[in-house]
Amino acid sequence: MIDDAGVVVAFWVIAVSTVVCALMVAAVRNLVHAVLFLALTFVGVAGIYIVLAADFVALVQVLIYAGAVGVLMTFAIMLTPAADRRNSETIFQAPAAVLAGLVLAIVTFVAYDTEWRISGRDAFPATAASLGEAFLKPYVVPFEVVSVLLMTAMIGAIVLTREEGDDV
Amino acid sequence: MIEQFGRAGFLLLFAVAFPLLPIVASVVLGVFKIRPRKPDPVKESIYECGMVPIGNAQVRYNVRYYVFGLLFVIFDVEAVFLYPWAVTYRQLGLYAFVEVVLFLGILFVGYAYAWRKGAMEWK
Repeated sequence: MIDDAGVVVAFWVIAVSTVVCALMVAAVRNLVHAVLFLALTFVGVAGIYIVLAADFVALVQVLIYAGAVGVLMTFAIMLTPAADRRNSETIFQAPAAVLAGLVLAIVTFVAYDTEWRISGRDAFPATAASLGEAFLKPYVVPFEVVSVLLMTAMIGAIVLTREEGDDV
Repeated sequence: MIEQFGRAGFLLLFAVAFPLLPIVASVVLGVFKIRPRKPDPVKESIYECGMVPIGNAQVRYNVRYYVFGLLFVIFDVEAVFLYPWAVTYRQLGLYAFVEVVLFLGILFVGYAYAWRKGAMEWK
């Protein structure tokens, strides 16, 4: 299934557009445009997850990264003064490029050098259903703890962002 | 599963081509001098549904929007956890329903706190 011609074409189209978008994040000089390209990169990564038959991870990628993280980063930039929104040249550019190149080289080396064990079983037909069953049967306590964590995060967000002296 | 996404991807190709085609056609016709070019200040201005645009679109936002952004992230994560439940709802039945009601009930405490503290209000 993964060697299907359509899947291979889809993978290359998605992969190339994702890498181009990621490069544009560093190349464009307007930070607002950079964030929009970053959101597009997240969507591209979601496309790669779909090619890998991980439908739930792809959905989470679109919802959380392209949606929530994209919105938060857009807000963070829109809250800064317009004059500071230039993705301008800094002294960190060369070190950052070297670091990114090193990370790429190491990841590529590990990916080629490791002897990957290939699983005998087929891919999941749809991962969301299996995950739902796991959430609500064996892992029900962690599932409920997540709601406590989310509640804490919500209260924390309100406490931290509330202005001083506007108690109810 | 991947076949269904393949069909959606095919649709995506058309969705990308639809806005791209007029833009490319306009540029190509412009290069061959077939498309007339008569710029005028009104034509060049940003389209705002007939209203006269005021200032730059990328102004500095009010910091209060950030609270809404943070709350949106929480609800987004919550929606992610409801999705697998919704897919398996028919097989799991009442037991799963009670669990999710408990899940939402705990989250509702945070929501009630947000409401009580006036985080949803615009002052």
